[in-house]
Amino acid sequence: MGQSRTVVKIMEKSKKKSAYAKGLRDGFPIAMGYFAVAFSLGFMAKKCTLTPIQGFIGSFFTRASAGEYGVYSMVVQDAGYISVVVMSLITNLRYLLMSTALTQKFSPDTPLLKRILVGCCVTDEIFGISIAYPGYLDPRYTFGAFSISTPLWALGTMTGIIAGSVLPTRAVSALSVALYGMFIAIIIPPSKKDRAVCIAVAASFLLSWLTRNLDYIRQLNISSGTITIVLTIVISAAAAIIKPITPAEEV
Amino acid sequence: MQHSTWIYILLMILTTNIIRIIPLTLIRGQIKNRFFRSFLYYVPYVTLAVMTFPAIMEATNSPAAGAAALMIGIIAAWFGLGLFPVSVICCMVVFVLEFFI
Repeated sequence: MGQSRTVVKIMEKSKKKSAYAKGLRDGFPIAMGYFAVAFSLGFMAKKCTLTPIQGFIGSFFTRASAGEYGVYSMVVQDAGYISVVVMSLITNLRYLLMSTALTQKFSPDTPLLKRILVGCCVTDEIFGISIAYPGYLDPRYTFGAFSISTPLWALGTMTGIIAGSVLPTRAVSALSVALYGMFIAIIIPPSKKDRAVCIAVAASFLLSWLTRNLDYIRQLNISSGTITIVLTIVISAAAAIIKPITPAEEV
Repeated sequence: MQHSTWIYILLMILTTNIIRIIPLTLIRGQIKNRFFRSFLYYVPYVTLAVMTFPAIMEATNSPAAGAAALMIGIIAAWFGLGLFPVSVICCMVVFVLEFFI
Protein backbone atom coordinates (compact mmCIF):
# COMPACT_ATOMS: atom_id res chain seq x y z
CA MET A 1 0.00 0.00 0.00
CA GLY A 2 2.84 2.40 0.96
CA GLN A 3 4.58 1.65 -2.27
CA SER A 4 1.53 2.18 -4.42
CA ARG A 5 0.93 5.50 -2.66
CA THR A 6 4.38 6.69 -3.70
CA VAL A 7 3.71 5.59 -7.24
CA VAL A 8 0.43 7.48 -7.19
CA LYS A 9 2.25 10.63 -6.09
CA ILE A 10 4.81 10.32 -8.87
CA MET A 11 2.15 9.82 -11.49
CA GLU A 12 -0.06 12.59 -10.13
CA LYS A 13 -1.05 13.69 -13.62
CA SER A 14 -2.27 10.32 -14.84
CA LYS A 15 -3.99 9.67 -11.51
CA LYS A 16 -7.43 10.83 -12.58
CA LYS A 17 -7.50 8.61 -15.60
CA SER A 18 -6.04 5.59 -13.87
CA ALA A 19 -8.49 5.67 -10.95
CA TYR A 20 -11.35 5.61 -13.43
CA ALA A 21 -9.72 2.83 -15.47
CA LYS A 22 -9.08 0.85 -12.29
CA GLY A 23 -12.74 1.26 -11.38
CA LEU A 24 -13.76 -0.01 -14.81
CA ARG A 25 -11.51 -3.04 -14.40
CA ASP A 26 -12.73 -3.90 -10.91
CA GLY A 27 -16.27 -3.18 -12.04
CA PHE A 28 -16.08 -5.80 -14.75
CA PRO A 29 -16.63 -8.90 -12.59
CA ILE A 30 -19.36 -6.98 -10.79
CA ALA A 31 -21.04 -6.24 -14.11
CA MET A 32 -20.82 -9.92 -15.08
CA GLY A 33 -22.47 -11.04 -11.90
CA TYR A 34 -25.02 -8.23 -12.11
CA PHE A 35 -26.14 -9.32 -15.54
CA ALA A 36 -26.80 -12.86 -14.31
CA VAL A 37 -28.62 -11.74 -11.16
CA ALA A 38 -30.59 -9.00 -12.96
CA PHE A 39 -31.60 -11.50 -15.59
CA SER A 40 -33.36 -13.63 -13.01
CA LEU A 41 -34.80 -10.47 -11.42
CA GLY A 42 -36.21 -9.59 -14.85
CA PHE A 43 -37.80 -12.98 -15.16
CA MET A 44 -39.54 -12.35 -11.85
CA ALA A 45 -40.45 -8.75 -12.80
CA LYS A 46 -42.16 -10.03 -15.93
CA LYS A 47 -44.46 -12.15 -13.78
CA CYS A 48 -45.25 -8.93 -11.88
CA THR A 49 -46.45 -7.30 -15.13
CA LEU A 50 -43.49 -4.94 -15.62
CA THR A 51 -42.63 -3.87 -19.16
CA PRO A 52 -39.00 -4.10 -20.39
CA ILE A 53 -38.60 -0.30 -20.29
CA GLN A 54 -39.98 -0.11 -16.75
CA GLY A 55 -37.54 -2.83 -15.73
CA PHE A 56 -34.65 -0.98 -17.36
CA ILE A 57 -35.42 2.37 -15.72
CA GLY A 58 -36.29 0.86 -12.34
CA SER A 59 -33.06 -1.12 -12.26
CA PHE A 60 -30.85 1.64 -13.67
CA PHE A 61 -31.82 4.15 -10.99
CA THR A 62 -32.45 1.83 -8.05
CA ARG A 63 -29.74 -0.86 -8.24
CA ALA A 64 -30.91 -2.91 -5.29
CA SER A 65 -31.73 -6.56 -5.88
CA ALA A 66 -33.72 -7.34 -2.74
CA GLY A 67 -35.37 -3.92 -2.75
CA GLU A 68 -36.47 -4.21 -6.37
CA TYR A 69 -37.65 -7.74 -5.82
CA GLY A 70 -39.81 -6.59 -2.92
CA VAL A 71 -41.28 -3.61 -4.76
CA TYR A 72 -42.02 -5.50 -7.99
CA SER A 73 -43.92 -8.11 -6.02
CA MET A 74 -46.05 -5.27 -4.61
CA VAL A 75 -46.87 -3.96 -8.08
CA VAL A 76 -48.76 -7.13 -8.87
CA GLN A 77 -50.50 -7.01 -5.47
CA ASP A 78 -51.60 -3.42 -6.15
CA ALA A 79 -50.22 -2.41 -2.75
CA GLY A 80 -50.44 1.16 -1.38
CA TYR A 81 -47.75 3.72 -2.19
CA ILE A 82 -46.75 4.10 1.46
CA SER A 83 -45.98 0.40 1.74
CA VAL A 84 -43.68 0.67 -1.29
CA VAL A 85 -41.71 3.38 0.51
CA VAL A 86 -41.56 1.29 3.70
CA MET A 87 -40.44 -1.77 1.73
CA SER A 88 -37.68 0.23 0.03
CA LEU A 89 -36.56 1.63 3.39
CA ILE A 90 -36.35 -1.71 5.14
CA THR A 91 -34.76 -3.74 2.38
CA ASN A 92 -32.16 -1.06 1.71
CA LEU A 93 -31.39 0.18 5.20
CA ARG A 94 -27.95 -1.38 5.00
CA TYR A 95 -27.03 1.31 2.46
CA LEU A 96 -27.39 3.81 5.29
CA LEU A 97 -24.63 1.97 7.18
CA MET A 98 -22.50 1.65 4.07
CA SER A 99 -22.77 5.36 3.21
CA THR A 100 -21.93 6.20 6.82
CA ALA A 101 -18.78 4.09 6.56
CA LEU A 102 -17.91 5.85 3.29
CA THR A 103 -18.09 9.31 4.93
CA GLN A 104 -14.80 8.45 6.65
CA LYS A 105 -13.16 7.34 3.42
CA PHE A 106 -13.11 10.74 1.67
CA SER A 107 -10.25 13.20 1.70
CA PRO A 108 -11.48 16.34 3.52
CA ASP A 109 -11.40 18.44 0.35
CA THR A 110 -13.81 16.20 -1.56
CA PRO A 111 -16.70 18.44 -2.69
CA LEU A 112 -20.23 17.67 -1.49
CA LEU A 113 -21.52 16.97 -4.99
CA LYS A 114 -18.97 14.20 -5.51
CA ARG A 115 -19.82 12.72 -2.11
CA ILE A 116 -23.48 12.66 -3.07
CA LEU A 117 -22.77 11.11 -6.46
CA VAL A 118 -20.62 8.41 -4.84
CA GLY A 119 -23.49 7.83 -2.43
CA CYS A 120 -25.88 7.25 -5.31
CA CYS A 121 -23.48 4.62 -6.67
CA VAL A 122 -23.63 2.55 -3.47
CA THR A 123 -24.60 -1.07 -3.88
CA ASP A 124 -23.23 -3.97 -1.84
CA GLU A 125 -20.55 -4.60 -4.44
CA ILE A 126 -19.60 -1.01 -5.36
CA PHE A 127 -19.39 -0.20 -1.65
CA GLY A 128 -17.19 -3.26 -1.12
CA ILE A 129 -14.59 -2.27 -3.67
CA SER A 130 -14.74 1.45 -2.81
CA ILE A 131 -14.02 0.84 0.87
CA ALA A 132 -11.11 -1.43 -0.15
CA TYR A 133 -9.54 1.37 -2.26
CA PRO A 134 -6.09 2.16 -0.83
CA GLY A 135 -6.01 5.44 1.13
CA TYR A 136 -8.65 8.08 0.55
CA LEU A 137 -11.33 7.11 -1.95
CA ASP A 138 -10.91 8.71 -5.36
CA PRO A 139 -14.53 9.23 -6.49
CA ARG A 140 -13.49 8.46 -10.06
CA TYR A 141 -12.76 4.89 -9.03
CA THR A 142 -16.34 4.45 -7.87
CA PHE A 143 -17.66 6.18 -11.00
CA GLY A 144 -15.61 3.80 -13.17
CA ALA A 145 -17.08 0.74 -11.49
CA PHE A 146 -20.54 2.32 -11.64
CA SER A 147 -20.34 3.11 -15.34
CA ILE A 148 -19.76 -0.50 -16.37
CA SER A 149 -21.90 -2.30 -13.80
CA THR A 150 -25.07 -0.18 -13.86
CA PRO A 151 -25.86 -0.52 -17.59
CA LEU A 152 -25.43 -4.28 -17.30
CA TRP A 153 -27.67 -4.44 -14.25
CA ALA A 154 -30.37 -2.52 -16.14
CA LEU A 155 -29.84 -4.47 -19.38
CA GLY A 156 -29.94 -7.75 -17.48
CA THR A 157 -33.31 -6.85 -15.99
CA MET A 158 -34.67 -5.75 -19.35
CA THR A 159 -33.36 -8.86 -21.14
CA GLY A 160 -34.84 -11.05 -18.43
CA ILE A 161 -38.24 -9.46 -18.93
CA ILE A 162 -38.04 -9.78 -22.72
CA ALA A 163 -36.51 -13.20 -23.02
CA GLY A 164 -37.59 -15.12 -19.97
CA SER A 165 -35.10 -17.89 -19.44
CA VAL A 166 -32.74 -18.28 -22.38
CA LEU A 167 -29.39 -18.31 -20.56
CA PRO A 168 -28.63 -21.92 -19.64
CA THR A 169 -29.17 -22.34 -15.89
CA ARG A 170 -25.64 -23.73 -15.55
CA ALA A 171 -24.19 -20.49 -16.87
CA VAL A 172 -26.40 -18.44 -14.55
CA SER A 173 -25.34 -20.64 -11.65
CA ALA A 174 -21.63 -20.13 -12.36
CA LEU A 175 -21.96 -16.38 -13.02
CA SER A 176 -23.90 -15.79 -9.83
CA VAL A 177 -20.87 -16.59 -7.65
CA ALA A 178 -18.82 -13.84 -9.37
CA LEU A 179 -20.14 -11.33 -6.81
CA TYR A 180 -19.26 -13.53 -3.87
CA GLY A 181 -15.80 -14.17 -5.31
CA MET A 182 -15.23 -10.43 -5.12
CA PHE A 183 -16.51 -10.17 -1.58
CA ILE A 184 -14.05 -12.91 -0.62
CA ALA A 185 -11.20 -11.05 -2.30
CA ILE A 186 -12.12 -7.95 -0.28
CA ILE A 187 -12.47 -9.50 3.17
CA ILE A 188 -9.58 -12.00 3.13
CA PRO A 189 -6.51 -9.70 2.78
CA PRO A 190 -7.41 -7.55 5.86
CA SER A 191 -8.28 -10.76 7.75
CA LYS A 192 -4.78 -12.00 7.05
CA LYS A 193 -3.28 -8.73 8.34
CA ASP A 194 -5.50 -8.06 11.37
CA ARG A 195 -6.52 -10.90 13.66
CA ALA A 196 -9.48 -8.94 15.01
CA VAL A 197 -10.91 -8.61 11.48
CA CYS A 198 -10.27 -12.32 10.93
CA ILE A 199 -12.25 -13.23 14.05
CA ALA A 200 -15.04 -10.78 13.16
CA VAL A 201 -15.29 -12.34 9.68
CA ALA A 202 -15.34 -15.87 11.10
CA ALA A 203 -18.05 -14.85 13.60
CA SER A 204 -20.02 -13.30 10.74
CA PHE A 205 -19.90 -16.51 8.72
CA LEU A 206 -20.94 -18.55 11.73
CA LEU A 207 -23.80 -16.31 12.91
CA SER A 208 -25.05 -15.75 9.39
CA TRP A 209 -25.17 -19.50 8.85
CA LEU A 210 -26.92 -20.01 12.18
CA THR A 211 -29.65 -17.46 11.44
CA ARG A 212 -30.44 -19.32 8.20
CA ASN A 213 -30.41 -22.75 9.79
CA LEU A 214 -31.89 -22.43 13.28
CA ASP A 215 -35.52 -23.37 13.06
CA TYR A 216 -36.88 -20.81 15.47
CA ILE A 217 -35.17 -17.94 13.64
CA ARG A 218 -36.32 -19.23 10.27
CA GLN A 219 -39.88 -19.36 11.52
CA LEU A 220 -39.77 -15.60 12.20
CA ASN A 221 -39.50 -15.13 8.44
CA ILE A 222 -37.13 -12.15 8.62
CA SER A 223 -35.87 -10.88 5.27
CA SER A 224 -32.22 -11.46 4.48
CA GLY A 225 -31.72 -7.69 4.23
CA THR A 226 -32.86 -7.25 7.83
CA ILE A 227 -30.68 -10.12 9.02
CA THR A 228 -27.71 -8.46 7.32
CA ILE A 229 -28.36 -5.18 9.15
CA VAL A 230 -28.89 -6.73 12.57
CA LEU A 231 -25.84 -9.00 12.33
CA THR A 232 -23.66 -6.19 10.97
CA ILE A 233 -24.57 -3.87 13.83
CA VAL A 234 -24.24 -6.52 16.55
CA ILE A 235 -20.96 -8.05 15.36
CA SER A 236 -19.29 -4.72 14.46
CA ALA A 237 -20.32 -3.18 17.79
CA ALA A 238 -19.02 -6.22 19.68
CA ALA A 239 -15.72 -6.07 17.77
CA ALA A 240 -15.44 -2.31 18.41
CA ILE A 241 -15.89 -2.87 22.16
CA ILE A 242 -13.58 -5.87 22.42
CA LYS A 243 -10.87 -4.52 20.17
CA PRO A 244 -11.12 -0.77 19.47
CA ILE A 245 -8.85 0.35 16.65
CA THR A 246 -5.66 2.25 17.34
CA PRO A 247 -4.93 5.31 15.15
CA ALA A 248 -2.25 3.32 13.23
CA GLU A 249 -4.87 0.94 11.87
CA GLU A 250 -6.88 3.68 10.27
CA VAL A 251 -6.97 4.56 6.61
CA MET B 1 -57.98 1.82 -6.73
CA GLN B 2 -55.54 0.98 -9.51
CA HIS B 3 -52.04 2.22 -8.74
CA SER B 4 -49.58 3.28 -11.41
CA THR B 5 -46.51 1.09 -11.92
CA TRP B 6 -44.48 4.17 -12.85
CA ILE B 7 -45.29 5.81 -9.51
CA TYR B 8 -44.20 2.64 -7.68
CA ILE B 9 -40.92 2.76 -9.58
CA LEU B 10 -40.46 6.48 -8.92
CA LEU B 11 -41.04 6.00 -5.16
CA MET B 12 -38.61 3.08 -5.12
CA ILE B 13 -35.93 5.13 -6.89
CA LEU B 14 -36.38 8.15 -4.60
CA THR B 15 -36.43 6.20 -1.32
CA THR B 16 -33.45 3.99 -2.17
CA ASN B 17 -31.26 6.90 -3.23
CA ILE B 18 -32.24 9.18 -0.35
CA ILE B 19 -31.06 6.46 2.07
CA ARG B 20 -27.74 6.38 0.25
CA ILE B 21 -27.25 10.16 0.28
CA ILE B 22 -28.33 11.13 3.82
CA PRO B 23 -25.18 10.06 5.71
CA LEU B 24 -22.91 11.65 3.11
CA THR B 25 -24.59 15.04 3.40
CA LEU B 26 -24.87 14.97 7.21
CA ILE B 27 -21.42 13.61 8.11
CA ARG B 28 -18.71 15.54 6.29
CA GLY B 29 -15.81 15.51 8.73
CA GLN B 30 -13.86 12.93 10.68
CA ILE B 31 -15.81 11.23 13.43
CA LYS B 32 -13.91 11.61 16.71
CA ASN B 33 -15.70 9.04 18.86
CA ARG B 34 -13.39 6.04 19.20
CA PHE B 35 -16.16 3.48 19.53
CA PHE B 36 -17.96 4.75 16.44
CA ARG B 37 -14.71 4.86 14.45
CA SER B 38 -13.94 1.28 15.45
CA PHE B 39 -17.49 0.25 14.64
CA LEU B 40 -17.22 1.73 11.14
CA TYR B 41 -13.83 0.06 10.69
CA TYR B 42 -15.41 -3.37 11.11
CA VAL B 43 -18.71 -2.70 9.28
CA PRO B 44 -17.53 -3.35 5.70
CA TYR B 45 -15.88 -6.68 6.42
CA VAL B 46 -18.67 -7.93 8.67
CA THR B 47 -21.43 -6.94 6.29
CA LEU B 48 -19.71 -8.53 3.26
CA ALA B 49 -18.99 -11.69 5.25
CA VAL B 50 -22.61 -11.94 6.39
CA MET B 51 -23.82 -11.50 2.80
CA THR B 52 -21.36 -14.05 1.40
CA PHE B 53 -22.07 -17.03 3.60
CA PRO B 54 -24.27 -19.04 3.39
CA ALA B 55 -25.70 -17.09 0.40
CA ILE B 56 -22.94 -18.36 -1.90
CA MET B 57 -24.28 -21.88 -1.37
CA GLU B 58 -27.83 -20.79 -2.19
CA ALA B 59 -26.82 -18.96 -5.40
CA THR B 60 -25.58 -22.07 -7.19
CA ASN B 61 -27.61 -25.04 -8.42
CA SER B 62 -25.62 -27.30 -6.15
CA PRO B 63 -24.76 -26.03 -2.64
CA ALA B 64 -21.60 -28.15 -2.63
CA ALA B 65 -20.28 -26.27 -5.69
CA GLY B 66 -20.93 -22.97 -3.90
CA ALA B 67 -19.10 -24.21 -0.80
CA ALA B 68 -16.14 -25.32 -2.92
CA ALA B 69 -16.05 -21.92 -4.65
CA LEU B 70 -15.99 -20.24 -1.23
CA MET B 71 -13.08 -22.34 0.04
CA ILE B 72 -11.00 -22.07 -3.14
CA GLY B 73 -11.78 -18.35 -3.32
CA ILE B 74 -10.53 -17.87 0.25
CA ILE B 75 -7.30 -19.73 -0.55
CA ALA B 76 -6.78 -17.72 -3.74
CA ALA B 77 -7.37 -14.41 -1.92
CA TRP B 78 -5.11 -15.51 0.94
CA PHE B 79 -2.28 -15.91 -1.55
CA GLY B 80 -2.80 -12.38 -2.78
CA LEU B 81 -4.94 -12.70 -5.92
CA GLY B 82 -7.10 -9.64 -6.67
CA LEU B 83 -10.84 -9.13 -7.18
CA PHE B 84 -11.07 -10.20 -10.79
CA PRO B 85 -8.94 -13.39 -10.65
CA VAL B 86 -10.64 -14.61 -7.46
CA SER B 87 -14.02 -13.92 -9.01
CA VAL B 88 -13.18 -15.82 -12.21
CA ILE B 89 -11.75 -18.75 -10.23
CA CYS B 90 -14.96 -19.01 -8.20
CA CYS B 91 -17.07 -19.05 -11.38
CA MET B 92 -14.86 -21.70 -12.95
CA VAL B 93 -15.00 -23.89 -9.85
CA VAL B 94 -18.81 -23.85 -9.98
CA PHE B 95 -18.98 -24.32 -13.73
CA VAL B 96 -16.62 -27.31 -13.71
CA LEU B 97 -17.96 -28.95 -10.55
CA GLU B 98 -21.54 -28.79 -11.74
CA PHE B 99 -20.60 -31.06 -14.62
CA PHE B 100 -20.06 -33.78 -12.06
CA ILE B 101 -22.58 -33.03 -9.35
